[in-house]
Amino acid sequence: MNGPARTLAHPSHGFTSVRSIIASLPMENIDTDQIIPARFLKITDKAGLGEHVFEDLRRAPDGSLRADFPLNRSDRAGAAILVAGDNFGCGSSREHAAWALSGAGIRVVVSTSFADIFRGNALKNGILPVVLPAAEVRRLAGLDRTTTAVTVDLKTQEVQWPDGRASFQIDPFARACLLEGVDELGYILAHDDAITAFEQRRKGAAGA
Amino acid sequence: MSSSETVVPRTLFEKIWDSHLVVSEPGAPALLYIDLHLVHEVTSPQAFAGLRKRGLSVRRPGRTVATVDHSIPTLQGAQADPLAAAQIAMLEKNAAEFGIRLFGAGSPSQGIVHVIGPELGFTQPGMTIVCGDSHTSTHGAFGALAFGIGTSEVEHVLASQCILQHRPRTAEVRIEGTLQPGVTAKDVILALLAKIGIGGGTGHVFEYTGSTVRAFSMEERMTLCNMSIEGGARAGMIAPDDTTFAYMAGRKHDPGQFDDAVRNWRLLRTDPGAHYDMTISLDVANLPPMVTFGTNPGMGIPVTANIPEPGMAKDAAGRASLEKALAYMGLRPGTPIAGQPVQHAFIGSCTNGRLSDLRMAASILRGRKVAAGVRLLVVPGSQHVKRQAEQEGLDHVFKEAGGEWREPGCSMCIAMNGDDVPAGEYAVSTSNRNFEGRQGKGSRTFLASPLTAAAAAVAGTIVDVRTFV
Repeated sequence: MNGPARTLAHPSHGFTSVRSIIASLPMENIDTDQIIPARFLKITDKAGLGEHVFEDLRRAPDGSLRADFPLNRSDRAGAAILVAGDNFGCGSSREHAAWALSGAGIRVVVSTSFADIFRGNALKNGILPVVLPAAEVRRLAGLDRTTTAVTVDLKTQEVQWPDGRASFQIDPFARACLLEGVDELGYILAHDDAITAFEQRRKGAAGA
Repeated sequence: MSSSETVVPRTLFEKIWDSHLVVSEPGAPALLYIDLHLVHEVTSPQAFAGLRKRGLSVRRPGRTVATVDHSIPTLQGAQADPLAAAQIAMLEKNAAEFGIRLFGAGSPSQGIVHVIGPELGFTQPGMTIVCGDSHTSTHGAFGALAFGIGTSEVEHVLASQCILQHRPRTAEVRIEGTLQPGVTAKDVILALLAKIGIGGGTGHVFEYTGSTVRAFSMEERMTLCNMSIEGGARAGMIAPDDTTFAYMAGRKHDPGQFDDAVRNWRLLRTDPGAHYDMTISLDVANLPPMVTFGTNPGMGIPVTANIPEPGMAKDAAGRASLEKALAYMGLRPGTPIAGQPVQHAFIGSCTNGRLSDLRMAASILRGRKVAAGVRLLVVPGSQHVKRQAEQEGLDHVFKEAGGEWREPGCSMCIAMNGDDVPAGEYAVSTSNRNFEGRQGKGSRTFLASPLTAAAAAVAGTIVDVRTFV
């Protein structure tokens, strides 16, 4: 591979490691409608979504914050690592889900699996989706009442906590993009000649 | 090609993937060329803003088609709320500035993006098609590779006409059997989702095969492919055949030189002996109408069944998930799903908002009345569908039954346009998602076919439509 182009970098999209306490949402199939309900999609920018992340889970019908929702607990303030149930981010393709999580300070989501479109959207916004076996996910989720800090290190591809560690797999291209803080469009546009050649080849074939 | 060369059999997916590869390097995702990019008002503003910020243009405006559907009101003459209006105006501005064809508010071709693409002939076999909407899988019904993308990728495709993609795995979904009267393509996909769960297709592209699929019309095939994403699949596709070509003939934007096109399209089929990474079989000969009871589309049961007991779940997580779903829905385990009251019936959406869907609903509603206390909303998928339905007098059938006949749009499927279900109330919906809050904050959704939704509107409860036909 040529490596991601170094032009058009978005420094804010970079990721090397995160050290933080854990917030746990032990529910399966958290869909993107739950991450950010559709009524908040009537925007033309990315601002302000963070305050509405998980809006209908974190608020009671009267609008007050539910004391028992993990991200509302004062002891979870500053948590950048979210541990969630299987198939996180299923449903709608809305990238607003990644913007909302990012806006709320979430940098890592740990689960046993992620929906395809959400995984791609997360990576493009500096959020690392980490897949671990169920036992490790449960282990990490169990830290959500503690002040134990967990480190997620993209360079070593490891999650480290005081009495254990687990390694995770990540697509090498996405890893390189995150480590270097490069967005993908720069990489794509560096292939402009190949795209033009492809278009000309097809035009030739169609005319033949 | 010399006879000594071995031709490796390929699936339909592989043929389309291979023919769109621009760059394929080890260690990096493939760069895939996109033939058709569909754009709507909700997932595009930030992408156009990105282009503007970088001083980029749209590489192939002719391969880009835009419409307004998600946030546009469906009540005739209604004004969009200020935020939605700004979003719609933004798409108009972006389309004008970047030279993109827009079927906007007031256009005779406006409609839900996944309804107008096929009906105008933009959607064609063998294409790669993307849109910032997960139900882009709909277009796979034509033997296209079609999938939903995020807004960053919308920007990538606008700028480069390409997308970075890891090659997905393939799955054959073989569906066999002749459907019983009262059972539809929607019931088939709900049965498939109940079987595989909403994560069952993650990482895969589905190819639907088998006698049931071959017998389906294009509109039934679109309903099937539309909900592939609800099983987690990247896309769903069906090899094109005479049914496809008959639908394509004479469409406004068909490729021209139609006979040549058809000759090429006939090559778009999986070769004998080609390998799929996974195979799923479904026998639908005795399938009853299906309805969902829970808060994801995989939580479906036959309309004749009882609401499941969480204790029957295979593990603790499954039990917790069922308990949470039933608590949200306010349903008692072990009681029949038939007989559950509904206050709303929604017929429409990219899943079931086409002419054949409206005809099905009308076949039940003709000469009948919607039950007291039930609000019926019928929303055609496009202006074209609306005109056809009105020519057939279907609008009168709906209105005489006590329903509302609306302007085209996503309406109550996404509830960001003024159409929604109040908290705690129940809707039977022909749309695709029953997630918590999907049809409005606190809304409770039963997903079903147009036949079942129409019957439930008349009965005032979930009901077995076979008692009507």
